[in-house]
Amino acid sequence: MSLVLTEEQELLRDTARDFVQENFPVKAFRELRDARDPDGFDRKRWAELCELGWAGIPFDEAYGGAGLGYAELGVVLEELGRTLAATPLLATVALGGGAVALAGNETQKKEILSEVCAGKRLLALAFQETLHFSPGVVETTAVADAGAFRLTGTKRFVLDGHIAHTLIVSAKSEKGVGLFLVDAGAEGLTIERTNNVDSRNAATVTLAGAPAQALGDPARGGQVLEVVLDQGAIALSAEMLGGIQESFDRTLIYLKERDQFGAKIGSFQALKHRAADWFCEVELARSIVLQALRAVDTGGDDVAKLASAAKARSSDVYLHSGEEGVQLFGGIGMTDEEDIGLYLKRARVAELTLGDGGYHRDRYATLEGY
Amino acid sequence: MADLETFRADTRAWLEANCPEEMRKPMKAAGDVQWGGRNREFSSDEQRIWLERMSEKGWTVPTWPEDCGGAALSNAEAKVLKQEMRALNCRTPLMSFGIMMLGPVVLEYGTEAQKREFLPPIARGEIRWCQGYSEPGAGSDLASLQCRAARDGDEYVVNGQKFWTSEAHLSDWIFCLVRSNPKASKHDGISFLLIDMDDPGVEATPIELISGASMFCQTFFDDVRVPVSNRIGDEDAGWTIAKKLLQHEREMLSDPAGGGSPTGARKRGTLADDARKSLGAAEGPLPDADLRDRIARVELDQLCYNATLRRSADGAKAGRGVGPETSMFKLYLSELNKRKSDLRVRVRGVNGLGWSGDSFARDDLAATREWLNSKAESIAGGTSEIQRNIIAKRVLGLPD
Repeated sequence: MSLVLTEEQELLRDTARDFVQENFPVKAFRELRDARDPDGFDRKRWAELCELGWAGIPFDEAYGGAGLGYAELGVVLEELGRTLAATPLLATVALGGGAVALAGNETQKKEILSEVCAGKRLLALAFQETLHFSPGVVETTAVADAGAFRLTGTKRFVLDGHIAHTLIVSAKSEKGVGLFLVDAGAEGLTIERTNNVDSRNAATVTLAGAPAQALGDPARGGQVLEVVLDQGAIALSAEMLGGIQESFDRTLIYLKERDQFGAKIGSFQALKHRAADWFCEVELARSIVLQALRAVDTGGDDVAKLASAAKARSSDVYLHSGEEGVQLFGGIGMTDEEDIGLYLKRARVAELTLGDGGYHRDRYATLEGY
Repeated sequence: MADLETFRADTRAWLEANCPEEMRKPMKAAGDVQWGGRNREFSSDEQRIWLERMSEKGWTVPTWPEDCGGAALSNAEAKVLKQEMRALNCRTPLMSFGIMMLGPVVLEYGTEAQKREFLPPIARGEIRWCQGYSEPGAGSDLASLQCRAARDGDEYVVNGQKFWTSEAHLSDWIFCLVRSNPKASKHDGISFLLIDMDDPGVEATPIELISGASMFCQTFFDDVRVPVSNRIGDEDAGWTIAKKLLQHEREMLSDPAGGGSPTGARKRGTLADDARKSLGAAEGPLPDADLRDRIARVELDQLCYNATLRRSADGAKAGRGVGPETSMFKLYLSELNKRKSDLRVRVRGVNGLGWSGDSFARDDLAATREWLNSKAESIAGGTSEIQRNIIAKRVLGLPD
């Protein structure tokens, strides 16, 4: 599969860019933050986004989806990443929707995915229990109870946890690790939104005997989770690529505009060399993210390796981009008024979401057998 | 497309029939790489036969015109040939600066007579070329070169010194940048001359390097008389050609199939295997976490680099400029190769510290030398700092 966009994908990118710049500018994100919006996202704009069919991009037409793939989802996520748009797309479509599509039985898929595609249902994947990303650790228990289950345990850093209609929770039953559906209003469920440095949504979820349904086969949850997290890491990397490119572009403009010592600061070799190295990093990140997105669509056996390659890269390069951006903007980069700092904050959170560079290099080494 | 598939089938059949068995095995010694030249030596009959058959076919320079020693293949056909050669593990029959660097420039800027005189011997591996660019006082600032070519009727009289002339002591001819007009501004007074190393007044002496090798020379010119017909392009217009040639050199140096370093291409996993052996570690994660992370880093960097090369090629195919220029590839690969070479030493522990003698395995000694040699990667062909300048100016449009 070619690593450049097809004409259709370019068209989608142009449409997405226009729509995102118009409806989700950085200014809109600031307003959500400053208003301490209880939802942490704009429901009206989200509905408009769903009308464009974006929430159904990777899902089958049978469920109301567009029947496209991650290559297209990545195009949209990259544009959203450019403006730091706070939308449920990653949690609902890539993580939650991905889990349902991979693990759910036909009835579940029909019910849940069709509502996701229509923008009527938000999902959250509650899997993480440790402070550091370690998805193999599952202490939450699922006890069979009259044809259903009751879940007990604590999940951390659940993206969009407090706005989801349905939580998809990993837990261990006597059959092994499974994935379970929990209604947002279920008894014994406490959801506490955390206020993170990037002003995006995450929550701590406590389950005390909360009623749950198994999502598909409760014995296969562990395997499915690994695939879902890989796809999620690739999708997140596409969003991060948008932030990487935007912070680089904005800094480059600043280097050409800012005067000091009677010259544009971009004429100074110390800064030129930093920009040149940074440029290489941006290009390499773009290549590996594009390759990983396409690997999901072709279903090759290298998805896991490419997911780790892409997430390790985007984690390191996004943080680097935020840091370089603030440094090259100088004093103004330290002010809240200048946007560049917002990218640094998002980079910090995105880095740890779904595993940072160190985690994914370790995993890559393991997959390579050393 | 059907034509291309026919071409592929024909090519494979021809290679299977004509590439000697011995030439499909991995190279073992430096002598297995054939550089051609008047004094060329073949390490085996098979090596000679392979070169003869390939050059007869025009496939040492497949895209060159037929009257220049090539086979006039399209780029798509040449790619198929490369793929089929790789599939059968055929060795490259001829490595040559003439093919990789001088040839494209003569094709673009040379006269018809020059093309017919200079290109066929390159294609047949009969003449070995070296590059006379750098001088003791002109390295990164190449355009400040001083080697003088004074016009005297139909000849130039060349006086001066070239530095870092690769394998000049083994080469037959040298392509040189010379100052033909000392009064013009520094970029405007340069010409591009071809000089026979056998001419009176030319002398090359090897330079010993930190790795102990001597693949570079300093080359002296003392009243060397060169016919004006050996000049490529117009008088004083050599800088444009020089830049073009440097671009070919950068492309060659950033090609992972290894134009630049025939010994550079290694099997993946070697670093981890070497580390496991030297650490005495059984299956499972390597016990040295730092070493393991360093190995993963270079492997992932290589993966991302390869993806970028692929994206660039896909972009070219789709008729879209992707942007990342050759300078980016040269910069990134040089730095990556240095880290790899460093790791190759590092994974060996104290066995990576040997200089010579029987107490070390051949691979260990080679790793040490290669580590030292690798330092040249970010210096030769334009330093990494020069590549950063080029990216800042040409790609990012940052002001002077």
